[in-house]
Amino acid sequence: MDNLSSLSYFIPELTLTVTLLLVLCSDLLHREQEGLDFPAWLALVGMFVAFVAHFGLYGKPAVSLFEGMIAHDPFAVFFKGFFIFCTFIIVLLSIYSSEVFYYRKSEYLAILSAICLGMCLTASSTNLIMLYLSIELMSIGSYLLAGFARSGGKTDEAAIKYVLFGAMSTGVMLFGMSILYGLTGTMDIAGIRQVLFANVSSDPVVLLSFLFVLVGAGYKIAAVPFHFWCPDVYEGAPTPVTAFLSVASKGTGFALLIRFFYRAMLQPAGEGTWSSLPAIDWMLLFAILSAVTMTAGNLGAMPQRNIKRLLAYSAIAHAGYLLMGIAALTSEGIASILFYLVMYLFTNLTAFLVVMILVNRTGEDEIPSYRGLWQRAPLPAVVMAIALISLTGLPPTAGFVGKLYLFIAAWHSGLYWLVVVAVLNSVVSLYYYFRIVRAMFLETGPDTAISHQPVYETVLVLLAAPILLLMIFFGPVLRLAQYCAQMLP
Amino acid sequence: MSDSGPLLTLITFLPLLGMCAILFIPSRQKEWIKIVSLIFTLPSLVLGIKMLIEFDPQVGYQFIEKAPWIPAFNIHYYMGVDGLSVPMVFLTVLLCPICVLASWGIEDRIKGYCAMFLLLETGMLGVFCALDLFLFYVFWELMLLPMYFLIGIWGGPRKEYAAIKFFLYTLFGSVFLLLAVIAIWLATSPHSFDMTQLNEQLLQSGVGATFRNLCFLAMYVAFAVKIPAFPFHTWLPDAHVEAPTAISVILAGILLKMGTYGILRVSYPIFPDSAKWFAPVMVMIALINIVYGSLCAMAQTDLKKLVAYSSIAHMGYVMLGMASFTPAAMNGAVFQMFNHGTITAMLFLLVGVIYDRAHHRDIDGFGGLAAQTPIYAGITSLAFFAALGLPGLSGFISEALVFLGAFPTWPIITILSTSGIVLTAGYMLWTFQRIFLGPLNEKYRTLPEINARELVTLVPLAIIVLFLGIYPAPMLNIFDHAVRELLNRIL
Repeated sequence: MDNLSSLSYFIPELTLTVTLLLVLCSDLLHREQEGLDFPAWLALVGMFVAFVAHFGLYGKPAVSLFEGMIAHDPFAVFFKGFFIFCTFIIVLLSIYSSEVFYYRKSEYLAILSAICLGMCLTASSTNLIMLYLSIELMSIGSYLLAGFARSGGKTDEAAIKYVLFGAMSTGVMLFGMSILYGLTGTMDIAGIRQVLFANVSSDPVVLLSFLFVLVGAGYKIAAVPFHFWCPDVYEGAPTPVTAFLSVASKGTGFALLIRFFYRAMLQPAGEGTWSSLPAIDWMLLFAILSAVTMTAGNLGAMPQRNIKRLLAYSAIAHAGYLLMGIAALTSEGIASILFYLVMYLFTNLTAFLVVMILVNRTGEDEIPSYRGLWQRAPLPAVVMAIALISLTGLPPTAGFVGKLYLFIAAWHSGLYWLVVVAVLNSVVSLYYYFRIVRAMFLETGPDTAISHQPVYETVLVLLAAPILLLMIFFGPVLRLAQYCAQMLP
Repeated sequence: MSDSGPLLTLITFLPLLGMCAILFIPSRQKEWIKIVSLIFTLPSLVLGIKMLIEFDPQVGYQFIEKAPWIPAFNIHYYMGVDGLSVPMVFLTVLLCPICVLASWGIEDRIKGYCAMFLLLETGMLGVFCALDLFLFYVFWELMLLPMYFLIGIWGGPRKEYAAIKFFLYTLFGSVFLLLAVIAIWLATSPHSFDMTQLNEQLLQSGVGATFRNLCFLAMYVAFAVKIPAFPFHTWLPDAHVEAPTAISVILAGILLKMGTYGILRVSYPIFPDSAKWFAPVMVMIALINIVYGSLCAMAQTDLKKLVAYSSIAHMGYVMLGMASFTPAAMNGAVFQMFNHGTITAMLFLLVGVIYDRAHHRDIDGFGGLAAQTPIYAGITSLAFFAALGLPGLSGFISEALVFLGAFPTWPIITILSTSGIVLTAGYMLWTFQRIFLGPLNEKYRTLPEINARELVTLVPLAIIVLFLGIYPAPMLNIFDHAVRELLNRIL
């Protein structure tokens, strides 16, 4: 489709761009204030409009936009909604956060909008150049935000680590893409597949180039062995940014991985199954990656004392669970990833919101500072417990059905051993998640009550309610995930 | 059958409604919180009795409620009871009000306690009523969370350790159940969670014996942790000793039955051939449970730990009966599940009574209490005699049935198992002697007698134990038909 007629499929992104510009300009016209001021309103409204606008895209048939640069398909629409919703929540969380510099509020919000735009583009790019540019758009913004805190020390360390690891891994990814271009002579991802499958190329270079691209995606999702930045950055970055990285950035990594891997390296084989190039066992590769990632994440989380580091390792473990869906090599696998991401969005944002409230009020993010939280701040404690139960994957929470679907997808593809590894990992994870529950409920701490912004009560309830409700009525989300697993061929 | 309305839904979810109601009562109103939670356990009891009366033993599943829940996965909200579940549902609704009464002394954070307790009741009843495997699993896991908090917050000195140990053990078991559930669901076509149909559907899809045996084993691990069968039993003494009295009652009275109930409800009907294949192992584990549990009980100095180990031994009888596949043994096993629920509940309540007064549970630290507290001694002797299987009390009937039925199938093991009776009599009588007989310990010259509230919790159970010991037919009639149906499937 040509550029002009593509614009009607591009409304959410256009809205984001306008928001970004308006927020930047509003800085010139407006004096900074505490709390919900003009730029914040602007960002929230912009995100909201973009989110509403993305619903308009659901019915439209899948097409290729902008001369083959960008895809419009249910898969892309899903991720647009996912990223915009997540950014909206993060803006909401940031408004009253004491960790983010507030005389640069509009800068912060503009960067956030830019990252969101980059993420939306990453999920829909079908051309290597476009893909790389989108990733850089989001990455550079993320590096800035990781260092966007009041204090130096850990934050600076986090930002530097994030930049160095990021630059390295995107560099390697670019290298991989260039090799692919050299092999096939095309930048179009589907074109790469055509050439590869036409020549039935089982050249080791194909595997190598894909592994290089995997480094870039693996870095974003924090899969082992590209996860070393994760605990340090999560600990050092401002909590709202950590929450954003843990959900949206991970989502982008998976969007990128699925889009690139399924479009370039696999061929649809009917009935929702995909066939790979002969002589390359992708299933085993991803299964091993998944098993190692979840095990390393869970074992790494055990000895942590800092809650943000613990949640970082938990995020690594969850990347491992999510990779099961890719290892399945089926549309069901993709659907299970999308499904899980929805569950993970609510769960993780809830957990980080509670962490943020505590950091704001007490400046503490060590687990012992959660002692007796139930007495000191009942609602955050209960909500945190629900989130942790969901992260463990126990009924009656969304995390359970999310994991169940991933397990089903992997089992269906014959990865029995992987499912066994995954369920045993869930048992292990119970131990460290419940260390926090234990501190909050079973142990007693100081008697001082912890007050918090009243608006957070509403946000906490609105974020935590879906964790319970999505367990009981997960049918609609399931259908959505199954529908959105369709990609442009 | 359907004219009774959503009876099982009401029974199961009324406590949950009570939990929501409690959340709106201010924490200061401690008395009101207890009264409201008691009130919300009573309708389930009344409806449970109604169910017991209306239940027709000659028909299979009754009071069925079935509605699509998640059509995309073919999950149904499917509730129903048969002869195996009715006694368990009744036991649960009976013990729950008793446990609320037994918790009357708790003052610390009572709101959370009652809320968790009511959530636990919903979870337990759901397990006994669910006929959809997914629903079953959800209730099965739902129960763990309140239990964790109940042990962990209101428990004894080592409560944190006991709570997480309980949770880790049971979750370890449950994930194997989850694996089996996924495997079964994917093996059926169309995919199905319907417990009543799964056997036929699996036969149609032609899964091999290895698959069935592996699934059976995975499920067995989940249920064995709950029973608890050797070697998964080590969480039990810790959890029982640390839990508050009422929660020990629930643990021993109901939670342990879920293990054996799960085997009878899920594993046996779906994989009858694997049941036979596994029976020799199960009967060995039963023997170990009986002998090892009794010997451990004998060695204890802590009264609560003694009762906990006696539970392990008594659940061994249930497993022995289940592994024998004769009508008498199976009936005995189900009956023993019910009887153990009432008898052990009494034992734990009695331990709670003495602990509230003396603040310790050291068996050797008492002496001669029969003179000081004759009523308490009388009721305790009834419970002890019931536990050791004295004729005329309900424990005798079920144990005798188990041994009678098991002997033709496993003669040598049955003979060895009967040593459990001698051992049980040994430690029970020895304990009774150390606590109640001999000269009165001077420290307890002013020990108050059992009070009216505590009597209210004990007397109904004592009446049931006595009544079923003399005239067990009404209870046996309820599940005899269901047991025979199950046996027909297996044999």
